[in-house]
Amino acid sequence: MTIGGLLATAGQVLLVMAGAPVLVGLMRQVRARLEGRAGAGIAQPWRDLRKLLRRQPTTPTGTGWAFRLAPLLLIGTSLVLAAVVPLLTTASPLDPVADLFAVVGILALGTVTLALAALDTGTAFGGMGASREMTILALVEPTILVAVFSLSARVGSTNLAAIVTATLHDPLRVASPASLLAAAALLVVVVAETGRLPVDNPATHLELTMIHEAMILEYAGTDLALIEWASAMRLTVLLGLLASLFLPWGIAGTSLTALPLALLAFVVKVTLLAVGLGTVEVFIAKLRLFRVPELLAGSFVLALLAVASSFFLA
Amino acid sequence: MAVFPLWRKIRRTGRVAEPAGPRPAGPSCPKAAALRGSVQLRHVDAGSCNGCEIEIGSVFGPVYDAERYGARLVASPRHADALLVTGPVTRNMAVPLRRTFEAVSHPRIVVAVGDCAVNGGEFAGGYGVAGVVSDVVPVDVAVPGCPPEPEAIAAALRGLTGR
Repeated sequence: MTIGGLLATAGQVLLVMAGAPVLVGLMRQVRARLEGRAGAGIAQPWRDLRKLLRRQPTTPTGTGWAFRLAPLLLIGTSLVLAAVVPLLTTASPLDPVADLFAVVGILALGTVTLALAALDTGTAFGGMGASREMTILALVEPTILVAVFSLSARVGSTNLAAIVTATLHDPLRVASPASLLAAAALLVVVVAETGRLPVDNPATHLELTMIHEAMILEYAGTDLALIEWASAMRLTVLLGLLASLFLPWGIAGTSLTALPLALLAFVVKVTLLAVGLGTVEVFIAKLRLFRVPELLAGSFVLALLAVASSFFLA
Repeated sequence: MAVFPLWRKIRRTGRVAEPAGPRPAGPSCPKAAALRGSVQLRHVDAGSCNGCEIEIGSVFGPVYDAERYGARLVASPRHADALLVTGPVTRNMAVPLRRTFEAVSHPRIVVAVGDCAVNGGEFAGGYGVAGVVSDVVPVDVAVPGCPPEPEAIAAALRGLTGR
């Protein structure tokens, strides 16, 4: 453990906490401008959070510990993810935890808790949202695992920091077929996991089309704020992971001096990804729910091809 | 997917949102002071003819764009700070309106939109009408008009958000 690594990890967590709502605001603002609107400004999610955090949470009759625990567990898993995924540094003191399986497991833990909470409310929409989320989760998690396998096979380690370091030492790897296929597969699953178009529409009010929103319909006040914040943090971390795996330049190692540059590089990369995602969302409509497994199965096939090509072509 | 025609359309159309007027002087009701630039609204149709719904739809459309003032329509009364109630309250909607109001966490604001919601309007005294909105839930802000113009609804929402 080094001071640089410790500082960078702390900075990484704080940056994700503070920056995640701004990132969501930025994506909404990009959409608003392209739709000819003025937009609420990139600080609007922070205003929403500030207000929600001071409102009283409600506990609907008949709900138990699963409902009350979910917001805390979701924000907890998001903070752990923000600490272990190599976003600013590859020398995190939590390096042994930054294993591919651990990260996917923590990601799934958050999703499953929220689905259990949705079932706990006993409402029709909660159950519907939970079942849809589980359908997507079952297709997303293996794809993340398999796609990153194709990168870890060459490194000989499932440690994310090791994969990023290896890519830094051999930049041409990014352009290899395995890496490109894995990038395409991961992009699709990140969109699905964070509930963006075309899998889920974050701005919908129509109960029959929602997935993520249907699960949190019963939350209010502070609980809702924690869930919204955690969702924004998961989006930021997953976009950051995508950037770290496929465009790792700028990430700091143990040295303190590289930290400001790493910070700048991270912000630029994630902002560009978010603006790109927001722009693409204007051009596409939400997929019919029964077509979503086809899209995710397609991305799984891409991930499988990535693994095959990393095995045969490397 | 017709990306290029759509892109050309976006370029040609540019910004359609009308310029925002001056900021409101202060919150229009005392409960709105705590919101500070963010208000989530749940719309309840208590028996409206849908005239007010069309106007509310255009308030949140690109031209009036109420989202720039921090107002947003949400899918659940639990997420809401304020209810947007339209229409005279029909006998069938009195209990659902009451329950929706109780599902909103404190402090809760009720905005009555349209003449029917404020004083019964065209439907006052009808056999299916249980009363006006203020007979069922306490009303904080009233927007008269049949239907009210989008500018009037947007102004009422700006009074809540303070932006």
